[in-house]
Amino acid sequence: MVARLLLQLFILLLFAPLPLGVINKTKALFAGRNGPPLLQPYYDLLRLWRKGFVFSRTTTWVFLAGPVVGLAVPLLAVQLIPFGGLSAPVSFEGDLILFVYLFALSRFFTAVAALDTGSSFEGMGAVREVTFSCLAEPTIFFALLVLARGADGLSLGALLGPHLAGQWQGEGGAALGLILVCLFVVLLVENSRIPFDDPNTHLELTMVHEVMVLDHSGPAFGMILYGAAMKLMVLSALLVRIALPLQTGSLILDLVLFLCGLFVLAVLIGVVESTMARLRLPRVPQVLVGTTLLSIFALVLVLR
Amino acid sequence: MATLLLLTVILINFFTLGSARLVACIRAVAVQGALLALLPVVTHGVNGHSLLLGAGALLFKGLFIPWLLLRAIREVRIRREVEPFIGFVATLILGSLVTAGAFIFADFLPLAAEHHEGLYVPTALATMFSGFLLLITRRKAITQVLGYLVLENGIFIFAVLLSAALPLMVEAGVLLDLLVGIFVMGIVLNQISREFSTLNTERLTALKE
Repeated sequence: MVARLLLQLFILLLFAPLPLGVINKTKALFAGRNGPPLLQPYYDLLRLWRKGFVFSRTTTWVFLAGPVVGLAVPLLAVQLIPFGGLSAPVSFEGDLILFVYLFALSRFFTAVAALDTGSSFEGMGAVREVTFSCLAEPTIFFALLVLARGADGLSLGALLGPHLAGQWQGEGGAALGLILVCLFVVLLVENSRIPFDDPNTHLELTMVHEVMVLDHSGPAFGMILYGAAMKLMVLSALLVRIALPLQTGSLILDLVLFLCGLFVLAVLIGVVESTMARLRLPRVPQVLVGTTLLSIFALVLVLR
Repeated sequence: MATLLLLTVILINFFTLGSARLVACIRAVAVQGALLALLPVVTHGVNGHSLLLGAGALLFKGLFIPWLLLRAIREVRIRREVEPFIGFVATLILGSLVTAGAFIFADFLPLAAEHHEGLYVPTALATMFSGFLLLITRRKAITQVLGYLVLENGIFIFAVLLSAALPLMVEAGVLLDLLVGIFVMGIVLNQISREFSTLNTERLTALKE
């Protein structure tokens, strides 16, 4: 139990920044550049860690709580979710609600830390981020309901159990495909990727997530980046598990399979980012309402 | 296979309900028609009747009518539907409610036993209702034509279920009707745009003194 817990943590901490490197490399390939090295996110984290803190005099302890909670939440959430064939270390009935609201907690603290600076730009970013994620929430829950319909329990471990492979071949395959698309959109929204937000933009008026963390510097900013990378990996693990419900039984093989799935997903995100333009802000809620409807439709399909 | 086709048809319904770009809408409806052309062959196997039905549907729904529509919007130079009577998000929500309703309703229908399974009847109903919604909620005459096409696609799915019993002449008659309808609408479109220099059909509701 404790060994599994530590293994899960170790995998997460070690591999979390890697998908970001893969995404950047894919984007560079599409643009015909060489791009930063694959391990650049690790170097960035190291560089930030060696710098000092800079705090504005108007901020309070809330300002530091944002990055700390942002770092701690993925570490907790990862214990609830199976990494590929490895089963989840902690699992109890109804933990899927905890899983969703853990991320809501980290979002709350990031937004509050942004408001704490008193900058109008950061307030704007916080408003946008909260709006988008509150629209993305129904999609996640309907998708989890679709999964729960086929499972024999209400824990994430049971939802993402080995029965998924049979479900893909049977009647529920279509519904699974639909929620996979919906969850991919949610993944892009939650991790502020193109087409919903651009992680590289540096114009305050167009930024969403980046503007919220504008005032953080040094190790605090590093914590935010690391937390975001881990969040991407945890949510990706959910998708990889649904798309690739294979279980070989051997620990190493399962792990390699999972990492391959993660790699493919990162390449996919890179392809989406290179081929799509960013959506106009009023279009984003429309798309999110659309995915909610799609997931409701998937639910109708499995309830039938 | 048939399930996958019908699911794609429903997704295209959603897309046309939620999209403002006319060219994309026309293409989507063309793809829907082409997919439906596969449906008789998938359902009844490869034989003369189903092949003829599929070829007719592909030719008219997949190629000819979309080509006519694309030409029409090139001539009247409009690109997007602005300000529908009900907003895009609201139509999407209505559309999905209607789709869910169609799924529930289809379970209560006194159908032949072999039609109870599968998605044919609910998809047909949902597609017809989506067509209705497009017809009702949009201002531009060309989107209304698209709604009419989607409505016909829904009827076509019903017809595929019955095509063993239905003579080919009836099918041909329906396709011909559709084509004549689109022709007439094309002429009306040109007339509206020449008269008012816009395609909003609401201008037609006011009587002249």
